[in-house]
Amino acid sequence: MSDPLLQVSGLGVRFPVRRRRLGAPPRWLTALDDVHLEIAAGRSLGVVGESGCGKSTLARAILALVEPHAGEIRWRGAAVRRSDPAGLRRMRRELQVVFQDPFGSLDPRMSIGESVAEALDALEGLTESAAVRSRVTAVLEEVGLDPSLARRYPHELSGGQCQRAAIARATVVRPRLLICDEAVSALDVSVQAQIVNLLSALSARHGMALMFISHNLAVVRHLCDEVLVLYLGHVIERGPRESVFSAPRHPYTRALLAAVPEPDPASVPAEEPIDALAGRSGAAPARGCIFQARCPRADALCASQSPSLVEAGPAHVTACHHWPTLEAWPAGSR
Amino acid sequence: MTAAPLLSIRDLSVDFVTPRGRVQAVREASLDVAPGECLAVVGESGSGKSQLFLACLGLLAARAATRGSARFQGQELLGASAAALNAVRGTRIAMVFQDPMNALTPHLSIGRQLGEVLLDRGLASPLEARERGLAALQGVGLADADSRLRQYPHELSGGQRQRVAIAMALMTRPELLIADEPTTALDVTVQAQVLRVLRRARRDGLAMVLITHDLGVVAGIADRVAIMYAGRIVEIAPVRELFAAPAHPYAAALLEAVPRLSEASVGRLRSIEGQPPAPGEIVQGCAFAPRCADVAEICRREVPSLRPGATRAVACHAPRIRPDLES
Repeated sequence: MSDPLLQVSGLGVRFPVRRRRLGAPPRWLTALDDVHLEIAAGRSLGVVGESGCGKSTLARAILALVEPHAGEIRWRGAAVRRSDPAGLRRMRRELQVVFQDPFGSLDPRMSIGESVAEALDALEGLTESAAVRSRVTAVLEEVGLDPSLARRYPHELSGGQCQRAAIARATVVRPRLLICDEAVSALDVSVQAQIVNLLSALSARHGMALMFISHNLAVVRHLCDEVLVLYLGHVIERGPRESVFSAPRHPYTRALLAAVPEPDPASVPAEEPIDALAGRSGAAPARGCIFQARCPRADALCASQSPSLVEAGPAHVTACHHWPTLEAWPAGSR
Repeated sequence: MTAAPLLSIRDLSVDFVTPRGRVQAVREASLDVAPGECLAVVGESGSGKSQLFLACLGLLAARAATRGSARFQGQELLGASAAALNAVRGTRIAMVFQDPMNALTPHLSIGRQLGEVLLDRGLASPLEARERGLAALQGVGLADADSRLRQYPHELSGGQRQRVAIAMALMTRPELLIADEPTTALDVTVQAQVLRVLRRARRDGLAMVLITHDLGVVAGIADRVAIMYAGRIVEIAPVRELFAAPAHPYAAALLEAVPRLSEASVGRLRSIEGQPPAPGEIVQGCAFAPRCADVAEICRREVPSLRPGATRAVACHAPRIRPDLES
């Protein structure tokens, strides 16, 4: 086992909520609470959950774009702090990010080539034009874009081409970890397949680790070695892909999987889906399990005691009091 | 199909006149929707699937030129007067769109908006309108329907809003519901709830056109599927036949590109190389030919027409299955 690239321990992020009246005690919305995770070199971690579960806040905390109020983030052994700009700069050379909207992450006034070259200048200090040109050409070819597109502007490209350009810009500096925040969610299915294949090829070729944040469970199953399920800012299940998808140990994970409509007319849709996450994500219960209000298995124990993450299989943890007595997950089904 | 179709579209084309030239958004589309049937219309962005039905309802911008025919219970909709269209739109044909916030007025209570649908058309008294609004909210599975009537759109979550939009669309008891990507913006758990509402409406005999790019959604609700590519319908087939054996190479590739949860095998997804023609780009012959695995020489010269068979139709020179020759 090599040392993890990224280590997140006890991470908590909260945001102030407007006070009801002047002088009232401050109120907080907890976006993440006591999150632990590790990503080893070359491995891929999928982060799944509904809107408002804290997926994107997790990415933003790792990138030091928001200040955690608790816990620690370590990049290759060294603590990441917003107060240490030199350290952040070192980390950002090795840790890149791709967002959902490729048009929003590329400067509309810069050509694709300039956008990619800017990353080389900012992170490697590379400005010598022949060297820059050859790196830009190489990375565009690698992501499947014709190098002649380097002279084009984002508005001249399709959504899929733009997302490839955003990936080129992120990977030109050979990051050790690429964070993808819903990077394929806005794409049509045929283009989505192209981008998923591209990410998996880049990861294999360069030993680049991936943190893949998505609400699309099927894509996560295809791409990721490990899966982490977030609910209202809490990790409620984490484990190896096969183990989580074929034997989910938390009622919430099961509900999420059951809600995915399968492209197969013979598969019967779940007639009684769980109630959707109602209202804002701050609506966590004061005591007990965070999921109790929507859980079919909730009982008195769940109302009084918050379950901690316990081992439910090799490298597989769940935060459910009742995991040993959950019915068998139908084999071969979703 | 023995029953007369509810909606019958023939050779419908939509052109947009833009400063850069003419863009053919929909080309010679023909299809029928039977009473009580759910037809899914599947295609990628820009394939013309939304434009086709906006054209039927006379909802396209003035710079759009529409040709062909779209008959609703025998009545021609294309070129019909605004008064004639208004008698159909929102009453006998209802629509639901992707973003429910655009369908709801932010400063009116849910009860008021639901009631207005009937009151504005003189279809009910204020008391009746309230009763039916309440029943409609219960029908889409919203808890505490009574107090919801007094709430405003911003007080509801996205899934609740979409269910209110569906309740509103169903207030007039339409014969046909056109739902354009009704679950695309929603979480899977919320999507499952909205689909359950739509399935229940179908069981009550409502015919539905479901415009979507999500083949998982299609499999769970549709009777038949029309697949569009670059403005043309390339295949129409019953849902089970299509998923079991797609005839058009694009339909086949699309099905293979969808990642599946149930699939134990993990590896490369089959992707369709290249991309659809850009808007306004003129392709000689079949628009899918440049990306097609089965391309033949004739494909680059001649546009294949939609050849009907017993249960399905396909527009391809070299289909995987010949529906017209099936026994």
